[in-house]
Amino acid sequence: MSRIAGTFAELKKNGRKALVTFITAGDPDLATTEELIPLMAQSGADVIELGVPFSDPMADGPTIQLSSERALAAGTTLSKILATVKSVRGRTQVPIVLMGYFNPIFSYGLERFAADAAAAGVDGVLLVDLPPEEAGEFKACADRHGIDVIFLLTPTSDETRIRTVATRARGFIYYVSVTGVTGVRSGIEASVANNVNIIKERSTVPVAVGFGIATPEQAGEVAATADGVVVGSAIVKLFEKHRGKELRGALATFVSSLKQAVDRG
Amino acid sequence: MKLPDKQGHFGQFGGRYVPETLMPALLELEKAYNHYRNDREFKEEFDYYLRQYVGRPNPLYYAEKLTKKLGGAKIYLKREDLNHTGAHKVNNTIGQGLLAKRMGKKRVIAETGAGQHGVATATIAALFGMECEVFMGEEDIRRQALNVFRMKLLGAKVTPVTAGTATLKDAMNEAMRNWVTYIHNTFYVIGTVAGPHPYPVMVRDFQSVIGREAKAQHKKIEGRLPDVLVACVGGGSNALGLFYPFLNDREVRMVGVEAAGHGIASGAHAAPLCAGTVGVLHGNKTYLLQDEFGQIANAHSISAGLDYPGVGPEHAWLKDSGRAEYVSVTDEEALDAFTLLTREEGIMPALESSHAIAHVVKLAPTLPQEQTIVACLSGRGDKDIHTVADAMGVQF
Repeated sequence: MSRIAGTFAELKKNGRKALVTFITAGDPDLATTEELIPLMAQSGADVIELGVPFSDPMADGPTIQLSSERALAAGTTLSKILATVKSVRGRTQVPIVLMGYFNPIFSYGLERFAADAAAAGVDGVLLVDLPPEEAGEFKACADRHGIDVIFLLTPTSDETRIRTVATRARGFIYYVSVTGVTGVRSGIEASVANNVNIIKERSTVPVAVGFGIATPEQAGEVAATADGVVVGSAIVKLFEKHRGKELRGALATFVSSLKQAVDRG
Repeated sequence: MKLPDKQGHFGQFGGRYVPETLMPALLELEKAYNHYRNDREFKEEFDYYLRQYVGRPNPLYYAEKLTKKLGGAKIYLKREDLNHTGAHKVNNTIGQGLLAKRMGKKRVIAETGAGQHGVATATIAALFGMECEVFMGEEDIRRQALNVFRMKLLGAKVTPVTAGTATLKDAMNEAMRNWVTYIHNTFYVIGTVAGPHPYPVMVRDFQSVIGREAKAQHKKIEGRLPDVLVACVGGGSNALGLFYPFLNDREVRMVGVEAAGHGIASGAHAAPLCAGTVGVLHGNKTYLLQDEFGQIANAHSISAGLDYPGVGPEHAWLKDSGRAEYVSVTDEEALDAFTLLTREEGIMPALESSHAIAHVVKLAPTLPQEQTIVACLSGRGDKDIHTVADAMGVQF
């Protein structure tokens, strides 16, 4: 069983839901990222998504666009991110998922990436612009090295696509709660609970919901149906205002409040 | 082998690298397009608008004075600059507009670099009574103020894009983001033979009227096929429109001309086929300008319409298969060609098209006088007057 599957299984056994937190690797620098991964895990994050910054993030709203720009300006590269994961593995066993766009990985080389990522201790990879139709070769490499390829489903996915993704899914399925880009929203769309239930019926892996979940209240609401809740932009926003010790404090407080809400949900 | 395959691949190129939200919309678009491309009524309506609204067929003009001056092959110009709105872009927007109408979409969006595609989209939105929003990099808005005003006059909303390099690629990112958000009522009119499948095929098909006309016209004048086709390549829609109907005529050479900007060696250029590497951007796998880490690099060209770090996947395929050749010309050579054609023939070409002319200037003298070159004059140069004046150091 992969570390991701194990984490979800353990939570389920205890009747709990997973909190998945996203930060962009390298924002403001990778030394900070390395400190924040264990901090988030201690504060209640069950899975950590590390954004791999890309110059043309077409599925992201302004918050993550700017965060990616900061990370790239700081000289962040995929190989440095893998080195960071490798280094942090001495301090935490929290599942780590790399999230981003296909080109930096294609450029690195699919087989070489899968091997290096597995060696570094990466558990899963989620590529927003790599739908199942194009993912064949990448998934074969990832499977060989025991890395979970996580696919997305959205409110526009029909029955056929839900089945396509459900049969290939490893780790968890990421349900995008809005038809739109990443970013903070004022409310959760009414369709989420129903769609998550439909996907859960067809899937053997857990379903986590993300995009637009910004507050503990929203996280709790989503956790009522989903197996996991992903919070991204609302966390990344903290990086716009805080640095250093202040950032660590703000992040720890926010992540714990999300975890409490998810546990209540 | 029939290309592309069912998933839109030309060999390793093309495909559909998009967020899941867009996949159902692309499949729906593909289904609709496959239906209507063979629908007689649709084809008749498309032909009607090309004839009565765009003003096709436009001439295949023998540039006799330029030919004599260069002293080699006979030069023919396919006059896309004479189309309504002043460039080839309208051929495609009419096609996509008619498709959007049949699919019941009330809102169209577009990205634009030079503003030609934005104007062409705003035009058909006015014509077909649709809401229109055009995404344009802030830098391009500054360079192409005239076209921005034109779009506004036509009733379109022009949204400046400040992210990234604030040029065409960023405008395309923003258009994709908008499409993801408003997918239920919005049709994304892509202006070139790039993007996710079926766009490269659809845009090529709509633009191939250029090559079909040129072929018939050349045959009528010369009684045979031309020897060489020359067209500029940004995304590559006018080039593919010209080339496509000649693909199986193996004796016809096809040359695509990319923008070398300040020169390939300077690194400031927009020539992914000549000097790029394979990668994935904007929904398709193709040649790109990128760094060693897969981050997309800035393109540079004096011509806003060529200032793009990618290129249509079918061009990538034509390059690798050897069926077409790709060369590049610098900003300076394009400006010289702009002046030359203006002075010799009284035709002011767009800076994009000036790249094609610049290559003709190099190529024609090396070919015997019995041979013919067909160059695509993809657009007219009025929109570039300010850029040309700047380059010449002229102030108004």
